[in-house]
Amino acid sequence: MKIILKKIFQNFLYGFPLIVLFLLAFTGFDFSFVIYDTNFSFNFAYLIIFFWVLKKPESIGFGLIFFAGIINDVVQNFPIGITPVNFLLLCAVAAFVRNRILVPNILYDWVLFLMATLIVTSINYSILTIIFDFPIKYGSLMASLFISFLFYPIFSYIFNQINLLSSRQEDAE
Amino acid sequence: MATEPGRDDFIIAIRSAFLNKGNRQKFSLFTLLIISILVLSLEYFKSGPVHKFRSFTKDFIFQSSYIVSVPFVAIKENYHLFQEHMNMYEEYENLKQKDLDLKSLKYENEFFKAENNRLNNLILEKSLISQNYILTKILLDQQSPYLKSVIINKGFKHGVKYGTSVKNDAYFVGKIVDVNHLTSRVLLASDLNSKIPVIVEPGNISAILSGNGNNEFAELEYLPKDNQIKDGNIVYTSGIDGAISAAIPVGKVFKKNNKKLVKFFVNFNQLKFVRIDK
Repeated sequence: MKIILKKIFQNFLYGFPLIVLFLLAFTGFDFSFVIYDTNFSFNFAYLIIFFWVLKKPESIGFGLIFFAGIINDVVQNFPIGITPVNFLLLCAVAAFVRNRILVPNILYDWVLFLMATLIVTSINYSILTIIFDFPIKYGSLMASLFISFLFYPIFSYIFNQINLLSSRQEDAE
Repeated sequence: MATEPGRDDFIIAIRSAFLNKGNRQKFSLFTLLIISILVLSLEYFKSGPVHKFRSFTKDFIFQSSYIVSVPFVAIKENYHLFQEHMNMYEEYENLKQKDLDLKSLKYENEFFKAENNRLNNLILEKSLISQNYILTKILLDQQSPYLKSVIINKGFKHGVKYGTSVKNDAYFVGKIVDVNHLTSRVLLASDLNSKIPVIVEPGNISAILSGNGNNEFAELEYLPKDNQIKDGNIVYTSGIDGAISAAIPVGKVFKKNNKKLVKFFVNFNQLKFVRIDK
């Protein structure tokens, strides 16, 4: 019994980014908070994808990211295919950074996350407004991007701890 | 960072990011990106087999999403229940101290009855409460600052039509914006993109009720310059667009910072069942 529980916990840690990503996609849960009657939200899916593709790409398959994007589009009423494009472009930037960086550094990651989300959000905004004539507020999109950027170090630390715990479990086996 | 990265290294890194499958990856990023763009281009087809397939896919995802959301919905409902329980004593004290002034309420009721008769005449004596409706359950409550919509468990198989008005009791909730085979999406009146033609009574003043992402109130727009709108006036749907039924009560007017706002009659946070006019 103890071994089974340990195995479940180990699998949970290993699949943590995918579990959270699919939960976010299925429930359409939005991390938003209100300060002085103004809504602030941040894109948690971007944080997860960027961090895990950068640190441990084998635990987050690109195919599954694609499906999570499709589900997100259906639930959020976006043109189907736009979120997979965003997610995969973010993966591409993260994979590129991973190929180029020799010594990991939180500051580099943080700045590169901003650049990656800027690229992805620009493409997202251009496709939605030019091709689909989708009503979307540029200001809100940018605010969400900036808040995601601010939260990156905090979540990076938390994800790092989960990643370390997962690695320790794997090593113990 | 790598020291003095050359142009070749840069190209190799890009190629590697897009084309390398990596450990435990079945598809390269490039392949998936092409598939995503192809899927996105299918949005061009608004009818035919592609649309049908999309409709079934949406139904499947909504049903799956409903199952996944069950624990979260239960937590949310229990939280509201707990909050109501905690506020019970306070509400009781308030009600005890409140002078309900039943006499003035009686006169107010008579006034509303007269207003109702006038509105009935306006809509060619069509009954305010339509007897021909579909009762539906809310599958998914999709509410974020940028999207206020709900998914209901009835689609075109059950006779749901695009643009139809949706009510909770007798009050306006929103309109149908997407119809699938077994499910539909209702855009709530509080959504940022919601624009509902309304009339303000008394006075029969036409306006557009524009959602602002807030679940409590929306703003009245395109009002005549010399309007006589006062606090407490009632806002109804005008039905001028031909899709939304006329004379559905929406909310009560109040003024804030020189803006004319409408407080909704419906509590959008606790919707469980809604009615769709046939």
